[in-house]
Amino acid sequence: MPISRIEQRFRNLKEDNRAGLITFITAGDPDQETSLNILKGLPCAGADIIELGMPFSDPMADGPAIQEASIRALKNKMTLSKTLEMVGKFRENDKETPIILMGYYNPIYIYGVDKFLGDANRVGVDGLIIVDLPPEEDSELAIPAKHADIAMIHLATPTTDKNRLERILENGSGFLYYVTIAGITGSAKPDLSPVKGALAGFREISTIPMAIGFGIKSPEDAARFAEFADAVVVGSAIVDVIKNNLEQENLANSVLESRVLSFVGELAQGVRNAR
Amino acid sequence: MKEKQVNSYRTGPDEDGHFGIFGGRYVAETLMPLILEVEKTYKQAKNDPAFKQEFHELLKEYVGRPNPLYFAKRMTEHLGGAKIYFKREELNHTGAHKINNCIGQILLARRMGKTRIIAETGAGQHGVATATVCALFGMPCVVYMGAKDMERQKPNVFRMKLLGAEVIPVTSGSESLKDSMNEALRDWVTNVNDTFYIIGTAAGPHPYPELVRDFQSVIGNEARTQILEKEGRLPDSLVACVGGGSNAIGLFHPFLDDEVDIYAVEAAGHGVDTDKHAASLSGGAPGVLHGNRTYLLMDDDGQILEAHSISAGLDYPGIGPEHSFLNDVGRVNYVPIDDNEALEAFQLCTRLEGIIPALESAHAIAYVMKLAPTLPKDHIMIMGLSGRGDKDIFTVAKALGEEI
Repeated sequence: MPISRIEQRFRNLKEDNRAGLITFITAGDPDQETSLNILKGLPCAGADIIELGMPFSDPMADGPAIQEASIRALKNKMTLSKTLEMVGKFRENDKETPIILMGYYNPIYIYGVDKFLGDANRVGVDGLIIVDLPPEEDSELAIPAKHADIAMIHLATPTTDKNRLERILENGSGFLYYVTIAGITGSAKPDLSPVKGALAGFREISTIPMAIGFGIKSPEDAARFAEFADAVVVGSAIVDVIKNNLEQENLANSVLESRVLSFVGELAQGVRNAR
Repeated sequence: MKEKQVNSYRTGPDEDGHFGIFGGRYVAETLMPLILEVEKTYKQAKNDPAFKQEFHELLKEYVGRPNPLYFAKRMTEHLGGAKIYFKREELNHTGAHKINNCIGQILLARRMGKTRIIAETGAGQHGVATATVCALFGMPCVVYMGAKDMERQKPNVFRMKLLGAEVIPVTSGSESLKDSMNEALRDWVTNVNDTFYIIGTAAGPHPYPELVRDFQSVIGNEARTQILEKEGRLPDSLVACVGGGSNAIGLFHPFLDDEVDIYAVEAAGHGVDTDKHAASLSGGAPGVLHGNRTYLLMDDDGQILEAHSISAGLDYPGIGPEHSFLNDVGRVNYVPIDDNEALEAFQLCTRLEGIIPALESAHAIAYVMKLAPTLPKDHIMIMGLSGRGDKDIFTVAKALGEEI
């Protein structure tokens, strides 16, 4: 079996002795065309891995920024099929950047798990982060995903102890996503030292790459965490740039795309200069 | 005895919290250790005589249980068929069945050493009941309530405030019960160390559907004893309304293995063939939301739809997972009653029996009005009168075109 895009990317990052930047946007936010343009521009702007949010009506693990992004996308008739199509269009020109779909289980369950995994694999999805599927529900998607060669990225949090981590890693793959604070996306800035301590503890147990996210909003924040993490995730802060460049009725203004991409560029600089 | 257990409908959930394919634990990882701790604490508590004693003592001295199983003579004569009994949950302290569950859960919260309580509420009955037990136990209480629901249930909002609770308006989504539940989950994940979430219905991640059912089963257990005293036999049928379904499962569960016909009444709003109803079993499909797999109202893309009912307490696009199971195995009949039928039943019960029922309970009454006349006079029917209707008088006045 050839090496996966996620694995290859983390190998390259290790060779370069730097952390990766993982950027999050919601598919279809604020509209399908703008969203696809941003997606296509992210690798050049400096994103090493892309998280693409699958909009959901009831995003109970997300703060206001990503909730509103979901609502904007759904108002513009975004669906899971269209999200998959969007990945397919991105893959026409980019065969290297890993794409992780992030969201909630119900739209996938309704689409049909086997059909979803087949289609996701075909369009070039590399991994999944499904917020409401803890290891207790691994049989739903994590185990079937293994057979479809799609990584199931599991979350660890400040409430995760070592026993729990072993359970999480049983069927988790790709990388481990460490949630820096107990809370929702876009929340307060996390303290550095407990996160550093948690990751050090986890590394005694596993060699899986460890990304950290939640509450990382600026190039400076990203740099501080990029010193020791394998990758740093920025989501709500990017979505905020989208929101701040909307005209009435949520239409993108003429500089929205370039503003988003230049912010990603600044984040990438922060991450690249961290070590 | 063994043979009976094989055929029992009362054995669920299994150790992973499943009732057939329904139930489960679909929550954020941050909450999982806490959910597992709730489960462990509940397992210990339900086998602890001291816990049971304190629970039943509070139900007796504070809630006022047992409440009567009342023979609704005028309603029975008017409908001219089955002999109708009301299980009078509306006579409980705070005016509905919700308090039974809140007493049980706050005892669990205290046992776990939690010091802050959160809850979601639709009609406000669960919010009032939660605020009440928080006052009784001296714990701070935050209640999430849809902005739309706050508008239509003003008296309950003020009650909660008087009881010392902080009521936070939820303006996301449809501004009703499902959005309040999202917001409560967001609070819980943020305050996971000190906070206990008192879920108001028999839904959510395992073990909530089980523990809420067990706490509410006091309704069915009492009704069983009372009907045996009054009639010397079990009833022929049971009727209760379902939103999330806690009063219904509480009444039904002790009778599931008996030869009793069971009817659960869903809120059909403007009709199940319209896009304005809350009948997740009659008009929905299995999906995953708020911690469990269950029947939900949603579109082809799996996006959850807004529910509609004149009754805020039934205005939820899902239902407890055990109900989904009982529907699929055919043990319970789920039937729809629309807004107008509920309004008519509300007035009939008020005039004939001198009891102003909650609009939620009025859905059950409306089905009794359909069913009872078709049955013989020796048919014994028990209906769960889950709450009183004082909170609904503004909604009813508006629907009837009256100014008050």
